[in-house]
Amino acid sequence: MNTVLTPTSAEELVEAVRSTPRVIAVGAGTKPRLSQVEAVRISMAGLRGIKEYDPSEFTFTAAAGTPLGEIADALAERGQYLPFDPMLVDAGATLGGTVAAGVSGPGRFRYGGLRDFVLGVRFVDGTGRLLRMGGKVVKNAAGFDLPKFFVGSLGRFGVLAEMTFKVFPRPPTALTLRLRGGSQILSETANSRFEFDALDIAPGETDMLARLCGPEAALKTLSREIFARWPGEIVSEDPWTALREFRWVNPGASLIKVAVSPAKIATLEGLRCHLSAGGNFAFVSGEAGELDERLCKAGLSGVTLRGEAPLWLGVRSRPAIAQAVKQALDPVNRFPPLDD
Amino acid sequence: MTAAVLQRLAAMMPPGRFLERPEQLAAYESDGLTAFRVRPSAVVIPETAEEVIALVRFCHAEKLPFVARGSGTSLSGGSLPVEGGIVVALNRLNRILRLDPAQRLAVVEPGVVNLDVTATAMVHGLHYAPDPSSQSICTVGGNVAFNSGGAHCLKYGMTANHVLGIKAVLATGEVVEWGGPSRETVGPDWCGLFTGNEGLFGIALEITLQLLPRAECYHTVLAGYRTLEQAGDAVSAVIASGLLPGAIEIMDALALEAAVAAVHAEYPPGCEAVLIVELEGPREVVAADRERLDQIIAASQPVEARPARDAEERMAIWKGRKSAFSAVGRLSPDFIVQDGVVPRRRLGEALRRIGDLARKSGLRVANVFHAGDGNLHPLILFNGRVPGELQQAEALAGEILKMCVEMGGSITGEHGVGMEKRDYLPAMFSPDEIDCMRRLRAAFDPLGIANPGKMFPSAEAPSLQHHGLHPLEKAGVISRE
Ligand SMILES: Cc1cc2nc3c(=O)[nH]c(=O)nc-3n(C[C@H](O)[C@H](O)[C@H](O)COP(=O)(O)OP(=O)(O)OC[C@H]3O[C@@H](n4cnc5c(N)ncnc54)[C@H](O)[C@@H]3O)c2cc1C
Repeated sequence: MNTVLTPTSAEELVEAVRSTPRVIAVGAGTKPRLSQVEAVRISMAGLRGIKEYDPSEFTFTAAAGTPLGEIADALAERGQYLPFDPMLVDAGATLGGTVAAGVSGPGRFRYGGLRDFVLGVRFVDGTGRLLRMGGKVVKNAAGFDLPKFFVGSLGRFGVLAEMTFKVFPRPPTALTLRLRGGSQILSETANSRFEFDALDIAPGETDMLARLCGPEAALKTLSREIFARWPGEIVSEDPWTALREFRWVNPGASLIKVAVSPAKIATLEGLRCHLSAGGNFAFVSGEAGELDERLCKAGLSGVTLRGEAPLWLGVRSRPAIAQAVKQALDPVNRFPPLDD
Repeated sequence: MTAAVLQRLAAMMPPGRFLERPEQLAAYESDGLTAFRVRPSAVVIPETAEEVIALVRFCHAEKLPFVARGSGTSLSGGSLPVEGGIVVALNRLNRILRLDPAQRLAVVEPGVVNLDVTATAMVHGLHYAPDPSSQSICTVGGNVAFNSGGAHCLKYGMTANHVLGIKAVLATGEVVEWGGPSRETVGPDWCGLFTGNEGLFGIALEITLQLLPRAECYHTVLAGYRTLEQAGDAVSAVIASGLLPGAIEIMDALALEAAVAAVHAEYPPGCEAVLIVELEGPREVVAADRERLDQIIAASQPVEARPARDAEERMAIWKGRKSAFSAVGRLSPDFIVQDGVVPRRRLGEALRRIGDLARKSGLRVANVFHAGDGNLHPLILFNGRVPGELQQAEALAGEILKMCVEMGGSITGEHGVGMEKRDYLPAMFSPDEIDCMRRLRAAFDPLGIANPGKMFPSAEAPSLQHHGLHPLEKAGVISRE
């Protein structure tokens, strides 16, 4: 199916969803495997722009098709940011696609990921209703927390039209250190008094990239003490942009997000991967068959963002409630099933 | 419930863990919203997850309503029993199953008391961040059900932001396990959806909590202001500065009076408001940030600013703040707490309007609140024995909630909708949106047996006993159908 619908407003989005029995929303196509399904595509490119941004509230609301870059720029102008390091910014990834894919970056380590910063969503459910869940203020406990549920839901439960996020003030300075010891020192560094912002191991590297954020004067003192404990040096060139844009992944190669825990990172040993957020997730590129086997054995799971590998790898549990919730939000199966 | 069903239920539990005599049930008749009182048919006290699963499956088979209960501190009537239903008291599922300092997490049973998690993790230099004022008694299960908050939400978020994994028995009897030791998930965020379900989806059996390194250093400042507005302006200035404090709290004159009377807290004299701001982090970072904070506070023209000089002084500041709720209770025979949220920049306006509304109704309102995230906590004081005062209080509470929604906020920041605010849900959500939530609820609980009568406006199973009309019903705030 090559049909692409191009709504430019929430109302047109509702019409688009209602117009056809099987649809999937697509953003900039930076994670193409997720929307590789038999369905009419709804391009979100026409639903674009920041609707509200109030720096004093630490919140903004933007249309789902808004490129992350546009958001990052607007926030930076007011000294704020999304602390989880949204990925694929230069590649043009959209806010909605990022939420649906559930892809956070290295900064997830310190303050949490997408799920911890999304406050509210407007979405179209399978029956074509435009609904708002969550809220627009930084704190809200009214009603079920569907905004979190949409993180990682791959457009299978609804089409996101608009989202409200919490933001933080950007720390005045950031300093990246390269530390020897790599995965051996993961838990020591994570539990240390230094409150690292990110603890990552880049593909092909054994050293750890540790990012510190805060007032400049403090960082200098802290880094001296850090080097006394774990030998290493300050990284002067920026290693994060290349990681954020997956420049290490060969064109055409698969790219898989794996949720791992620090105690199980050995599962990924020898694989080409970017281990991120203190060993809590990894982006893996390479042959999916072996990865699948290893993940199954370790009780872990992954989702393919790019390439021809199966959508889900590793263990997969599909309790009856998953189907029941799908029915509740999408009774006519307007959106593809999770396993497609 | 028929006597036969009750008998079979009794047979499932050892003696002493099945309660049905009125004097045994009395302790479970209400929660932190004391105006409500409902006698359940029975209370069961399971000790293991297997027992809870068996109980829920029994309830499912018998279409028997059940209400999970932690410590019963809900301020919105969330753990209020249901007429003709049972209470599943979870306090004995209170084991910390696993503490994993290397991965910074704890796996706990739902009856574990919030503060016990931190107490256990402390030896490893770790802590559990969510800190509701009730943390020395409320349970993690209750926190998960309500997505509870506390004083440190601005920087650390609410309970949901710290739940990594959940094992639960759903109201259908299905047992699910979501998430685990990883801080990330693949696929939809089921733990996120389950957290904050207000007991309407099922019962959490095991919860994996993320722990964080304890901040090495704190800088806590208490500043007194002539007016609430000045304190509010100081909050705006702190926020605008780019600092990210761990907590920003405000107490008004009446709350201060209460804290002074209850725990002998001491505040700068002649102040209408006290602001508490706390920085935390590595000592070098706090030292640098503290200079900026002190300048901002000095420029905000406080009557007096008192930085805590040591841990003891810091504890004293927090003791005053955290005792404020119960302290206000001593000022007045009865009170109701609301926890609506307004956009932070409109805090001053909101407080002024609350003041006007209070004057109009002739009741006193004390304000203690999480200023950093716009989460108000107006405590409405009244005397239930004076005819009409409860009704007045409820009417005032309703006005305040409506004001919060009108300002673009929420009817609840952390206490949940429960029984108390269920009729205000439509103020925030459209009929379609409420229908969507009902459908979700039905997916988890098709029979409507898990904590029925809560969160959704009136229509579900009636929850109040016919002791005559409940005062809140007379006030038109709640109703049964
Ligand atoms: C003095 C005081 C101060 C407070 N301060 C705060 C505060 O600062 N911030 C805040 O957020 N709240 C606060 N609260 C409210 C209250 O403490 C919280 O809502 C708390 O989470 C309730 O915990 P509990 O164990 O008492 O739960 P309960 O009141 O027993 O139950 C609360 C809800 O959780 C459900 N439930 C309980 N256990 C489970 C389980 N295992 N699985 C599924 N559902 C379950 C119940 O059915 C009910 O709906 C305060 C209350 C008091 C009395």
